[in-house]
Amino acid sequence: MLSAEEKAELDRELQQYPARQSACIDAMKIVQRHRRWLSDEALRDIGEYLGMSVADLDGVATFYNLLFRKPVGRHVVMICDSVTCWIMGYEKLRDTLMNRLGVSLGETTSDDRFTVLPIVCLGNCDKAPTLMVDRDTYGNVSPETVEEILARYK
Amino acid sequence: MEKPLTGRMRSDGEPVDLQEYERAGGYQAIQKALGRMTPKQVQEEVQRSNLRGRGGAGFGTGLKWSFVPIGPDAPRPKYVVCNADEMEPGTFKDRLLMERDPHQLIEGIILTSYAVEAEVAYLFLRGEYTLAEDTLARAISDAYRAGYWGRNIAGTGYNLDLYLHTSAGRYICGEETALLNALEGKRANPRAKPPFPPVVGLWGKPTVINNVETLCNVPHIIRNGADWFRALSRSPDGGTKLFGASGRVKRPGIWELPMGVTIREVIEEPAGGMQDGYALRGLQPGGASTDFLTTEHLDVALDFNSIAKVGSRLGTGTMIILDDRTCPVGMTLNLTHFFAQESCGWCTPCWAGLSWCEQILAAIEKGNGRSEDLGHLEFQTRFFGLGNTFCALAPGAAEPIQSALKYFRQDFQKHIDEKRCPWKG
Repeated sequence: MLSAEEKAELDRELQQYPARQSACIDAMKIVQRHRRWLSDEALRDIGEYLGMSVADLDGVATFYNLLFRKPVGRHVVMICDSVTCWIMGYEKLRDTLMNRLGVSLGETTSDDRFTVLPIVCLGNCDKAPTLMVDRDTYGNVSPETVEEILARYK
Repeated sequence: MEKPLTGRMRSDGEPVDLQEYERAGGYQAIQKALGRMTPKQVQEEVQRSNLRGRGGAGFGTGLKWSFVPIGPDAPRPKYVVCNADEMEPGTFKDRLLMERDPHQLIEGIILTSYAVEAEVAYLFLRGEYTLAEDTLARAISDAYRAGYWGRNIAGTGYNLDLYLHTSAGRYICGEETALLNALEGKRANPRAKPPFPPVVGLWGKPTVINNVETLCNVPHIIRNGADWFRALSRSPDGGTKLFGASGRVKRPGIWELPMGVTIREVIEEPAGGMQDGYALRGLQPGGASTDFLTTEHLDVALDFNSIAKVGSRLGTGTMIILDDRTCPVGMTLNLTHFFAQESCGWCTPCWAGLSWCEQILAAIEKGNGRSEDLGHLEFQTRFFGLGNTFCALAPGAAEPIQSALKYFRQDFQKHIDEKRCPWKG
């Protein structure tokens, strides 16, 4: 079952659309905000409320970079691996980050603090290399400054 | 020089708020259009301005609008969708417009909606643009309270609902029919065309989909007229354009310049030339899906037809610079990895062809390439070219591969002959 809070947030989004299915991205983003990731149970709960099959929801969920069908840590670090960031030092930054956290791309630190994922171009190319932590974008990130950024997330 | 799109932006980086926007003449175009012009007249003014779509394809904006059925017998409701799913690698211009002057975009959406007699407008924003999301949400609600959208806009009897939809991150959602499926809550595969969205779009109803920068131009065209807009440009395409440069230039960024400035002018002037120790080797003029050009093309004008004449596309107008210390094979591999990953998986030539090309490029870059690989790449990129797929993703992905083979062939050959990447020690 969706929680009362999840339902209330979703009901606000439903007013935007003539069909309930249209709110499924919003629904998954809302539930993910509350539960951190989208389990099979989460999809069943959303499907029940929107009148959608779990298969249809899974087809949508697995399509998107920002919807997580596997558990993630308290914070998600997304590092841009697209062309300008690649030219400007993505590989070095990625290696620094992985060494510092002791994980590979797609993995979560053992203290559950960070999950590190690659992401496509973040549209911040004049400040490459770029990464995001949760909702925050950081530009001109260097192997030196990445430590400072991580320290802000507990 | 006039800078209608960026001239109001604040130097402190904060967004222009409603009062500032109004003081600078903002929302006057709504009074003018809704009060004194018919929807058809708004369409005609924009058509006469020669505004061409700024999302990459360069289709005539007024012409696109003219395909929407108008009048009492038209199917209802009709929709306008702002495509703010900016995800073309190397492109960061719509972010600037949304974060810094949100009301300009909102006014453009309202005017476009009026021009096609739409009842509902959606702003489809990529999920990663969180600052734009917060900025737009506030501006949309300020504009509603000021009576610029909702019931009986500015006392004219015209009604419009405007909603912000944030996506969850997938490049293909920028393709307009994939975007429609995404908005309907379906897996966002592109649709077969025809029918085109202006006739059969969102929930089967007529729908106009325009890019952020395109829409931002509309208020200025209505307020100042088509002739003024055309005079801003140095080319037959009307207006100014946001041009950008990223990579090893001294000052990467975005600048509003007349349509038709040359590549050299952008790289040397606002971008400040190459960083010390780096030389210009080539560039993609308008994002990841545009053909490479080289130093022999620096005096080509940045407008749709001039760039097409030398075998590339203006695309989004944001250049990606290839320097002499970056491996062109590695860069082509990076670009192809992006397109292979972001392929929606619907058409076989796209998903199979792109992942095959990525594997071949990876092998060459690693030093495991064979001479016949270059022929395979040429064959494959023709095979998933225009006409063989539902949408333009794969044909766009073919452009950098084909042009890299043309201009940097000796670099590919060197990888194969030396069995290593010459840029790696």
